[in-house]
Amino acid sequence: MGLLSLAIWVPILFGAVLLALGRDDQAGVVRWIALIGAVVSLLITVPLYTGFVVDSAAMQFVENMLWIERFNVRYHLGVDGISLWLIPLTAFITVVVVISAWEVITERVNQYMGAFLILSGLMIGVFSALDGMLFYVFFEATLIPMYLIIGIWGGPNKIYAAFKFFLYTLMGSLLMLVALVYLYNAAGGSFDILTWHKLPLTASAQTLLFFAFFAAFAVKVPMWPVHTWLPDVHVEAPTGGSAVLAAIMLKLGAYGFLRFSMPITPDASHRWALFVITLSLVPELYVGLVAMVQKDMKKLVAYSSVAHMGFVTLGFFLFNDLGVSGAIVQMIAHGFVSAAMFLCIGVLYDRMHSRQIADYGGVVNTMPKFAAFALLFVMANCGLPGTAGFVGEWMVILAAVKVNFWIGALAASALIFGAAYSLWMFKRVYLGAPGNDHVKELVDINSREFLMLSLLAIAVLVMGVYPKPFTDVMNASVAQLLQHVAVSKLP
Amino acid sequence: MIDNISWVVAYPEILLLIMACVIALVDLGVKTPMRGTTYALSLLTLGALAILLAMYARTGQTVSGFGGMVVTDPMGNWLKCFATLAMMATLVYGRAYAASRDMMRGGELFILSLFSLLGIYVMISGHNFLVIYLGLEMLTLSSYALVALRRDDSRAIEAAMKYFVLGALASGFLLYGMSMLYGATGSLDVSKVMQVISEGSHNKQVLMLGVVFIVAGLAFKLGAVPFHMWIPDIYHGAPTVVTLLVGGAPKLAAFAIVMRLLVEGLLPLAADWQQMMAVLAVGSLVVGNLAAIAQTNLKRMLAFSTISQMGFLLLAFVSGTSAGDHSNATNAYSGGMFYAITYVLTTLCTFGVIMVLSRDGFESEDIQDLAGLNQRSPALAGIMAICMFSLAGIPPLVGFYAKLSVLQGMLASGSGAMVQLAVFAVLMSLIGAFYYLRVVKVMYFDAPVQTAAIEAPADARILLSVNGLMILVLGLVPGGLMALCADAIAGMVR
Repeated sequence: MGLLSLAIWVPILFGAVLLALGRDDQAGVVRWIALIGAVVSLLITVPLYTGFVVDSAAMQFVENMLWIERFNVRYHLGVDGISLWLIPLTAFITVVVVISAWEVITERVNQYMGAFLILSGLMIGVFSALDGMLFYVFFEATLIPMYLIIGIWGGPNKIYAAFKFFLYTLMGSLLMLVALVYLYNAAGGSFDILTWHKLPLTASAQTLLFFAFFAAFAVKVPMWPVHTWLPDVHVEAPTGGSAVLAAIMLKLGAYGFLRFSMPITPDASHRWALFVITLSLVPELYVGLVAMVQKDMKKLVAYSSVAHMGFVTLGFFLFNDLGVSGAIVQMIAHGFVSAAMFLCIGVLYDRMHSRQIADYGGVVNTMPKFAAFALLFVMANCGLPGTAGFVGEWMVILAAVKVNFWIGALAASALIFGAAYSLWMFKRVYLGAPGNDHVKELVDINSREFLMLSLLAIAVLVMGVYPKPFTDVMNASVAQLLQHVAVSKLP
Repeated sequence: MIDNISWVVAYPEILLLIMACVIALVDLGVKTPMRGTTYALSLLTLGALAILLAMYARTGQTVSGFGGMVVTDPMGNWLKCFATLAMMATLVYGRAYAASRDMMRGGELFILSLFSLLGIYVMISGHNFLVIYLGLEMLTLSSYALVALRRDDSRAIEAAMKYFVLGALASGFLLYGMSMLYGATGSLDVSKVMQVISEGSHNKQVLMLGVVFIVAGLAFKLGAVPFHMWIPDIYHGAPTVVTLLVGGAPKLAAFAIVMRLLVEGLLPLAADWQQMMAVLAVGSLVVGNLAAIAQTNLKRMLAFSTISQMGFLLLAFVSGTSAGDHSNATNAYSGGMFYAITYVLTTLCTFGVIMVLSRDGFESEDIQDLAGLNQRSPALAGIMAICMFSLAGIPPLVGFYAKLSVLQGMLASGSGAMVQLAVFAVLMSLIGAFYYLRVVKVMYFDAPVQTAAIEAPADARILLSVNGLMILVLGLVPGGLMALCADAIAGMVR
């Protein structure tokens, strides 16, 4: 069994064991098994990085065997520079989420932990699948655990949020399913993604396929104007659910653009690039303004996610090295930062049971350690140099200026909005005199929360100060992707 | 008169007939309320038959007997084998349920089930319009009696009356269509009809009228819109075990007669009946999915869900051939066969859960009765959730591959209309996802209303776990069953 298979199936297996383990009277055992499972899964992904051949654009750690003979569906796994970092990121966030739930989740602990571990394995499957049907199976299967996580452990309006999440994203991916089957027939009976990359397609077929994929991935990213599910879902989801949703699940969509839309339909991608760029710039500006007026912290961070993911899709459709690399770096950075932001809100929510900004004020007086962490993450969210948030956005803006000054200028001005809503929230929640008696009684973070936040803080700082390990691995793959996309596939 | 009898062709039917009669006689001496002897004998018979049929099917041979009136081929044998297994599962799930509802004063439940299975066998094996009709009548007459088995329950009696009247009407349609076909082609033999039509020496108008009536009759039996009215009432009114007897294994027979009558007998007229199938499919998808949303009764919701699922199944018959080119036939019809088999597997599991949750005097048939099931029994809630996600077509459960197979068959035909129809079908399944998810929501997100302990016999519980696990395992490795269907269909269309 290959490394990628282990990375996928070990967390799923641990999750299945947890589900079978049963009742809440064994919650202590369940938590430890979950933590061991998450850490083991993370350790499995380490050799992926250490064993990765940096200068190669080829797929590595490939596993390829027949899965469903009837439709020639293959269990075909592999990573290149584009997908490599997303896999450890997924496993890492799962560890953090398991720690974050330690004392907070007391009901049906085994199902909570099991769902997150299974979800982690499924998402790693999405990032490593090289067969269209295998990709789709993993992509869709992630909906089931997330639906249950939101619905069981969510807030007061959780049922609405769970349905909205499931149906909204299912709608997009069903159209992609038709596209996949169409490509299977067009390729003479193959679901192999790399074969599809070479398949000549007419302009009209490319346009239809492009929009079928767009429906699936744009909803998942989410791009304006199909982003409306995200704030509703984030507000109701439990802290861990929000963290995984923002950190990893949104990247499933962005990753889909790189793996499907751009290489399979390059001509349509070029033709509709301006359309996508527009849809990316709108949220950076408009959604930034929307974020500013939110009263609910989680909603604010959710809108900020939409704005940050706008940089990712913008970077992709600039079709140059810097833009695509920057967008991928931004995907990883946003994974760390958004997870951290949601976990910070979770820390406050566990104490005050409120997410309203107005209910806080002066938290720094009673929780100084926590406020320091929060400041770091807020700074990263604004894209301060030296933090992870800076690298990717800066690369994308440079790339945009190269293509067109005004696109670059608009993208850069989005950073101002980002700083405005992030810092204003920080001021209202953390600074000043304690806002009310509840804030005066707050207790600072315990060692578990300290561990969880410092893991993320280290990641955010390392990536900000020394992004080379992240950018180096993707150079060859990005160059090859762009070379491929530059060539017309019209027959 | 009849040359070339080949008794071997009919061994399973003969064995089943003899055993049904023997069990009826033995049952006279059974006095225990749970009818253990009858139950054991029935299961033993069915088990033996399933093995026999699987052996038949594995030979891969097509043999016709009784002068071409019946045929045994891999498709038929596999369908009969799965129908037998479905009948076994139904009896295991339903015994305790039936016993607590005064339905086991005699052994009718078992004996009528065996006779309805015999009807299914004859329908699947028949290669002559009249033989198929006889099998159909045998199945439906047993089913009428089964629906009315709770003779002091007014709802069941009403359902039985409706079923009988509408079923008789449908049989009339079918018989009328067959007589037209006979008039146009001069034969009741499926292969001869095919031959005459291929040669073109027939009366076109009479033939077309016959085809219309036959398709209408089949649509009735499948429960496709606009011939679906009986389904919700029967599903709702009949005791749950009988609902499963009507809604489980017979779907396999319905698929088989569509194959026999339309594909084996009337393939040259595919251009005509494919259009009718498309209309039926679209209607069923729309009505089934939309009406299911409004239901609060679980059995009624599942009835409408059945209508929409049958609509999806019919899509497999829309794209088999075009302009005399049968190259896509195996592809399309094997998708349909896979769909039918996996649908029955999931339906068994769903109704199995409903029956396990029912108790004396409590039917557990409202969706709200499932509230908080996850807290009462995580295992049962998990099994039911698997069923619902599978019916909604979410991977990695088997229902997804069923939909995939049918969609692939449609898109492989390469016509633009099929692409549009496929997009329509997947959008309809989005609506479908809503009401399946609602059941999951009630089980997982709501607080329990029922607090009584769940009492179910061990055999039903174990089988239910196996059944639920099979939906998941077949979702992870669907290749074997898909290949089986493809091989079975490949021999039929030439």
